[in-house]
Amino acid sequence: MARMKFLCDAERCIECNGCVTACKNEHEIPWGVNRRRVVTINDGVPGEKSISVACMHCSDAPCMAVCPVDCFYHTAEGVVLHDKDLCIGCGYCFYACPFGAPQFPQEGAFGLRGKMDKCTFCAGGPEADFSAAEFQKYGRNRLAEGKLPACAEMCSTKALLGGDGDVIADIYRNRVTTRGKGAEVWGWGTAYGRPDQKAAPQPGTKS
Amino acid sequence: MMKGVWTTIAVAAVLALGAAGCGEKTQVTVFKQGKYQGKPDNQPWDNDRFKGDQVAWEKAIKARNNGQNENVRLGAK
Repeated sequence: MARMKFLCDAERCIECNGCVTACKNEHEIPWGVNRRRVVTINDGVPGEKSISVACMHCSDAPCMAVCPVDCFYHTAEGVVLHDKDLCIGCGYCFYACPFGAPQFPQEGAFGLRGKMDKCTFCAGGPEADFSAAEFQKYGRNRLAEGKLPACAEMCSTKALLGGDGDVIADIYRNRVTTRGKGAEVWGWGTAYGRPDQKAAPQPGTKS
Repeated sequence: MMKGVWTTIAVAAVLALGAAGCGEKTQVTVFKQGKYQGKPDNQPWDNDRFKGDQVAWEKAIKARNNGQNENVRLGAK
């Protein structure tokens, strides 16, 4: 069984925002909600690095731990999904998430905070596959179509890889061996690291 | 006489506060892993597209996974 993961190669990301556009288009995400975004470190400075960030579908997801109504679940493929019918929009998951993934649409008056929305790894949610309810609440279910997330598949430089963790790690390992640099993977320690084996952070390195 | 009453009240107050202190419970929250309370979800191959064929679904996903490797696509080693 595949264990789905995202991997962003900071050496390759050119900050084109193709992944953001692909995600928005695929799921018809409204204004103000960004399931995926591109973050640039040291913007404008020579050597700047960009990474595409969304829900990393953590192995030990903090959002799941803090949710007061227990609306999160892990699929067999390791994708973290949630039931919007149960979500109360409290925002605890937003504070717990190290990647800032949970989004809250503000459609009503007085800054009303709606039900949480986040990247689903294009796996829909707890509704019948390909149903109108699933699309309206969670977006398109590409995984059930035998496809991978639109952001990763649309990435023109293949900086963003998404899919079976073993396969994408192999692809990345080959790249690093060939180019001889850029072995650090942003966010993997935080998302998929084992707490009992966490190494002390070294100055100047990425987690 | 009055002094004795005040002493009794003071002793009673000390004893009551002391008893209340002994009954104080720990304020530390013990984390308890929650259990999913929402609707059940099906497997990605349990639909009209794959008709429950897990092997076909895994094959499709594997092809997509490998499609991200440009070295394989270009035929390089």
